[in-house]
Amino acid sequence: MSVELDVFVGNTTIMDKEVYQLWLNGYTVNDAVKVRIEGGVMEECEASAEVLLSDTMDQYRTFQMCERLLHHPAKLANQLLFQIPPDRQAMLIERYYAFDDSFVREVLGKKLSKGTKKDLDDVSTKTGITLKSCRRQFDNFKRVFKVVEELKGPLVENIRQHFLLPDQLARDYAAIVFFANNRFETGKKKLQYLTFQDFAFCAGQLINNWTLGAVGKTNNMMEDMDVDLDKEFLQDLKDLKILITDKDLLDQHKSLVCNALRGKTNVFNEMEANFKNLSRGLVNIAAKLINAKDVRDFFIDLVEKFIEPCRSDKWTSIDMNLYLTHYTNSAHILDTFKHHAVWTRYMGVIKSCILRMYHD
Amino acid sequence: MPGKLKAKIVAGRHLPVMDRASDLTDAFVEVKFGNTTFKTDVYPKSLNPQWNSEWFKFEVDDEDLQDEPLQITVLDHDTYSANDAIGKVYIDIDPLLCSEAATVISGWLPIYDTIHGIRGEINVLVKVDLFNDLNRFRQSSCGVKFFCTTSIPRCYRAVMVHGFVEELVVNEDPEYQWIDRIRTPRASNEARQRLIFLMSGELQRKIGLKVLEMGGNAVVGYLQCFDLEGESGLVVRAIGTACTLEKISTFPATATHPNNSSPSKDMKDSPQAAPSTLGCRSTHSSPVHSASSRLSQGFSVSVPTLLFAGMKPRHRSSEVPRARQCRPGFGEEAPGVPLSSGPPTPLRAQTFSSFSPSKSYSRQSSSSDTELSLTPKTGMGSGGSAGKEAGPLKALLRQQTQSALEQREYPFFTLTAFPPGFLLHVGGVVSARSVKLLDRIHNPALGNTRSYKLLDWNSFTADEPETRDAWWEEIRQEIKSHAKALGCHAVVGYSESTSICEEVCILSASGTAAVLSSRFMQDGPLDTEHRLSRQPLCVFSTGSERVEGDMGSSASLGFEEVVSPGCGFCHIPYDELNIPFPAQLTYCYCCRRYKVPDVLFTTIDLPTEANVTGKGCLIQARLCRTKKKAQGEGNATAISSLLPFLEYELHTQLMNKLKLRGMNALFGLRIQISVGETMLLGLASATGVYLTALPSPGGIQIAGKTPSDITYEQHISTMQKKINDTIDKNKELYEINPPEVVEEIIGSPIPEPRQRSRLFRSHSESSDEVSELDLSHGKKDAFVLEIDDTDAVEDIHALLTDSPTPAGFYSCNTEIMPGIQNWTSAIQMFTSVRVFRLNANLTNQGLNKIFSDLCENLLKSLYFKLRSMVPCCLCHLNFTVAIPEDELIQVAVTAVAMSFDKEQPLENGKQSGEKTLIKAITENDEQLQFNLELNAETSSHNPLSSPKGLSEVGSHLSARAPSVDYSSFADRCSSWIEQLKLKAHTIRRGSVKTTSSLEKASPLPEGRSRSLRSNRSYSGSSVAVVKMTPLSFIPGAKIIKYLGIINMFFIRETSSLREEGGVSGFLHTFIAEVFAMVRAHVAALGGNAVVSYSMKECVFMENPNKNQAQCLINVSGDAVIFVRESELESTSVQTQSATTHTSNGGEGT
Repeated sequence: MSVELDVFVGNTTIMDKEVYQLWLNGYTVNDAVKVRIEGGVMEECEASAEVLLSDTMDQYRTFQMCERLLHHPAKLANQLLFQIPPDRQAMLIERYYAFDDSFVREVLGKKLSKGTKKDLDDVSTKTGITLKSCRRQFDNFKRVFKVVEELKGPLVENIRQHFLLPDQLARDYAAIVFFANNRFETGKKKLQYLTFQDFAFCAGQLINNWTLGAVGKTNNMMEDMDVDLDKEFLQDLKDLKILITDKDLLDQHKSLVCNALRGKTNVFNEMEANFKNLSRGLVNIAAKLINAKDVRDFFIDLVEKFIEPCRSDKWTSIDMNLYLTHYTNSAHILDTFKHHAVWTRYMGVIKSCILRMYHD
Repeated sequence: MPGKLKAKIVAGRHLPVMDRASDLTDAFVEVKFGNTTFKTDVYPKSLNPQWNSEWFKFEVDDEDLQDEPLQITVLDHDTYSANDAIGKVYIDIDPLLCSEAATVISGWLPIYDTIHGIRGEINVLVKVDLFNDLNRFRQSSCGVKFFCTTSIPRCYRAVMVHGFVEELVVNEDPEYQWIDRIRTPRASNEARQRLIFLMSGELQRKIGLKVLEMGGNAVVGYLQCFDLEGESGLVVRAIGTACTLEKISTFPATATHPNNSSPSKDMKDSPQAAPSTLGCRSTHSSPVHSASSRLSQGFSVSVPTLLFAGMKPRHRSSEVPRARQCRPGFGEEAPGVPLSSGPPTPLRAQTFSSFSPSKSYSRQSSSSDTELSLTPKTGMGSGGSAGKEAGPLKALLRQQTQSALEQREYPFFTLTAFPPGFLLHVGGVVSARSVKLLDRIHNPALGNTRSYKLLDWNSFTADEPETRDAWWEEIRQEIKSHAKALGCHAVVGYSESTSICEEVCILSASGTAAVLSSRFMQDGPLDTEHRLSRQPLCVFSTGSERVEGDMGSSASLGFEEVVSPGCGFCHIPYDELNIPFPAQLTYCYCCRRYKVPDVLFTTIDLPTEANVTGKGCLIQARLCRTKKKAQGEGNATAISSLLPFLEYELHTQLMNKLKLRGMNALFGLRIQISVGETMLLGLASATGVYLTALPSPGGIQIAGKTPSDITYEQHISTMQKKINDTIDKNKELYEINPPEVVEEIIGSPIPEPRQRSRLFRSHSESSDEVSELDLSHGKKDAFVLEIDDTDAVEDIHALLTDSPTPAGFYSCNTEIMPGIQNWTSAIQMFTSVRVFRLNANLTNQGLNKIFSDLCENLLKSLYFKLRSMVPCCLCHLNFTVAIPEDELIQVAVTAVAMSFDKEQPLENGKQSGEKTLIKAITENDEQLQFNLELNAETSSHNPLSSPKGLSEVGSHLSARAPSVDYSSFADRCSSWIEQLKLKAHTIRRGSVKTTSSLEKASPLPEGRSRSLRSNRSYSGSSVAVVKMTPLSFIPGAKIIKYLGIINMFFIRETSSLREEGGVSGFLHTFIAEVFAMVRAHVAALGGNAVVSYSMKECVFMENPNKNQAQCLINVSGDAVIFVRESELESTSVQTQSATTHTSNGGEGT
């Protein structure tokens, strides 16, 4: 004796948010039922485990049928198969495209290829996120990446329009696409302390300041304008090397910064002692960015060359802010230093990235 | 050449990829109507082609327009091989043929393939230019409107109800043709879909012709069914009620009449309606009404009715074996039944001639003779019994009504709800079943099997429709004679169904015997003068308890003949001395004048005017009976000998469950018997209520037959206790209070009548009916269950296993739930299907338990699914059971969940207020139509409110005034939520005119908040939202236009069942697709809702071993445009001020 077939179809498609989340999280029907039972929905609604199982299966089926539409969220609004109120549609999309920070940290900056996908079971074991959920998230990244790759215009806007995502989520996806495209290294042990939101912030900075789209040089309709860094700018960055190669300039810069900071910080001595090293670090990073390989190491370099020395000297974030402000501004006072625009564009991003990244 | 059909193919979207190489499609479209085909250009390499074609024009007969669908096929062009079909769209042209329905079909329609399901959408435009054809011998019936709704549609009024129409057409089933062996499943499915489209078109046209012949212009309660008889063919049959309908102008002419001194007006009334709304009431309680109701003294049945009907199959069974042999000479089958002497197709004979005594009449009487041999000698036509106790004049009146109906061959009505005053008395459920053996079609001439349009039934099919017709005729005659035995001349809420298993077919028909008022049946409206002279009597016609409360005083004023409609329909129509079955009669608990039965079963909806105590609930009786596998006649005989027992047991179960809930009446009773190879399945669903007019049901008492052993006694007493507890709990749950309590509370504003009724009672108590008037739940009345065998024990267990509905939920299978009002606009229609596999070798008990659990669990699942809508009521909860295969039970449910506002103060004592509200809310439209109608009739001399009409109304009001306590009414009214509607209602009643001004303050904010809620969810979606509901109305909205009938048939097949998610995945997708297609077609017609939606067929077959499954679904409903009442708000403000004004004026008079 068994139920052979059991379906429920509503004119307005009924979707339970809780079950949807369980489905997204990759729970099997049975596990989902267990979770629901523990959640106490049974007592609440005088239901039995049987009823719960039937409902869960039914919902899962509905979600599976919807999934194909969720791959092209714009279709969800003008498909005829399911009558779903717009607020529900938005919820479905938003949750479908939501991702776990711990998962994204694992794949951030990696090539969104089949190879990476094969390694997802390791990611799954490591993060405790079900493989199914990992696959969905990975496929989402890849899908967004592919669609945006072929589109012109601003990245975030494209994502928002094509995937009907809320602003913040669209920005996060922009960051993921940007990282994947430039293959930034984020997996090294030294970078483990950084959260996805740290990187997303940095990505936002880079997109807004260092890409082609950033400076308005383009007519707004170029491919990859927000994804690729502005090559011309990277080329110009090499000119900054003068700040460390020219001994006078370096000394001058140091004294300007030190004068400004004296008495304002507890770590002045360490700062003064380290100035040249730190300055070399930052300028060298800038000079090397023209090489794609060094772009990948951008974050690791920032940490190794700047953040770690400062941290070992126990700078506070306030110290850091002070230092970077004066370090940036002092360069403009230098007589022989001519590359003010490039310096501002470079240091603006560096400063906000470092400040964001400077935590435990 | 009376019609030009034009179609334009605009674009496609979301097409499937047909060319793997390019991941694109080269799509073009074929547009076919009849034998003409047009093609669009190929739109290369796109999944979203823009064809923007020219207008394709088809010049065709209107007959073809009615029969044929427009067939649109989307194909993928292939240079080297045959073009691949992507899918098809069938468009029913019918809605465009009626001037009052849709004018254009335009929109995105899903492209459907029977193997792949929906594959993208196509945007089309379809129009029809129809030329008038006045040819008297025409074969078309364009312009006849069809409605699935089983009541007078909301924006129409009934001028006349002509009566029963039926038709059936038969064809070979393409699935069983020889060619099916060599063609693809797709071709076979498409052939079938197309054939059924054609057949239903033809059927509809033929019914339309009959309607025109009768002088009608519409079919209401149109019910079309398919019988898939397998090898012996495909039968499409339909029944309906022919009516003459008139459209009511939908919007009130707002600005024009703000100061018009019409006594009652609300936003629903058209202004002209107003002046005579009071006047129109008069007709219900016109002398005709009261006289006849008095004459027909008497009333209903049920228990025995069913039993009575249940015995029929037994009688039939003796004939069954013969049915097969005597196909051509039908007469042999039932020698006693004069049918045989009638014309071969008596229905085609003129049935609506008012003068000829007509063949049908004589036939009827003789048939009842034969049938009556089975029943106690009663009936003989209620006219006779009426004559016995009434004066000759009354008898005459009664006979008039009678004859109007008896001229008809079948005085049947598929309606389940009626204009007020139409339904006078209800006798009880009548049903008939017959078991038939299906004959194989003679091996057909192979050549013409492919032509689907078999208009001339030559050669092999020639006698087919005749046979089927004869079968149904036989059953209808039986129903008619049952009704007669109950002293009724009509059958309402009539429906027919079949269950087929292999070559055995059970035909069933059921309905409710009733006595109807003649006013809708005469040729032409009553003359105005007559009507006006009757107006003073109108006072008591708006059945509600309050009016009833007034009865005392009214009686003192001398109107003794008046019966409150709130209880009138309960009064027995049959002769008390010749009750056709054992029933306990008592005096009506409302009016105390006429006899009522102890319980009442009906197939109709609860009449709006009925007095109900508390809430109702769904009651189901479920039964499984094993049967031996057998073939042919033996099988048929076995089945027919089982049927009576099945029905008897179902009936007992229903009765027990009804008593367990402390209720005394069932509405919407639907008994379904399904036949399988090794079992019979019976499912009876109904909505139980407590009718105030009927006596309180006694409890259930258990008696052991052999009280020998102490433990046994104890067992019995614990069970007894359980049962008593359950009854008490249920009474509390459904708010069923003993009538006395109710009277105490509602009596307060009108103390006088209450005393009067008390007095009345005590008076009658002293008479010799004392025992019947005992309201206590004494053992005397108790229903005794003897548990002397295991069956009875099982029965009792079954009684107690029905789990109560969870908090916040109510359920019913009728349109309205008594005791619930103020619906919000949140509705959720759904279909749920379950198939259960049984183990072999189960006993009857085991089967019963499983079946019962299956239904219970399904209900539980529904409650759980819909928990977010609480508080809510599942309405029109319709179960369909089938036995698709040996050891499989399939249960399908379609219903609508509607949530309601709970915050309304609902003290128990406010029953009468509640009740009025329900009526006001849910049925207001209908009542209004009725008013409008009457108004139009009465005021034909004086359009708009003439001073004359007014003064009449005024004087009539003042005559009543003394008995009404205005202030207490007003107090009560002010707390009501549905003010607008209420006002419409109360003012029309003329008794509470002051309330409108008092309550005026609140309604608007209420309306606003409601509108906010209703608009909340859907906005800015690119796909138009289409609501679907099995009910005939949409809460909080007004239907402003009917766009035509939706009648769609789909087949879906798969040979990759596992890949599509197994059987559940397959069916889930298919049902969702069907919904989507219904919605899309409605939206293309310009509609935003489907009402009276039903899934009439869901045949599911699977072969998991072959990874295959097939499913057939047939759905129908009425496409409508509705407007939220909140959107009519501005209009209502104006009308409101008008109302206030006029009511004040009214008071002054």
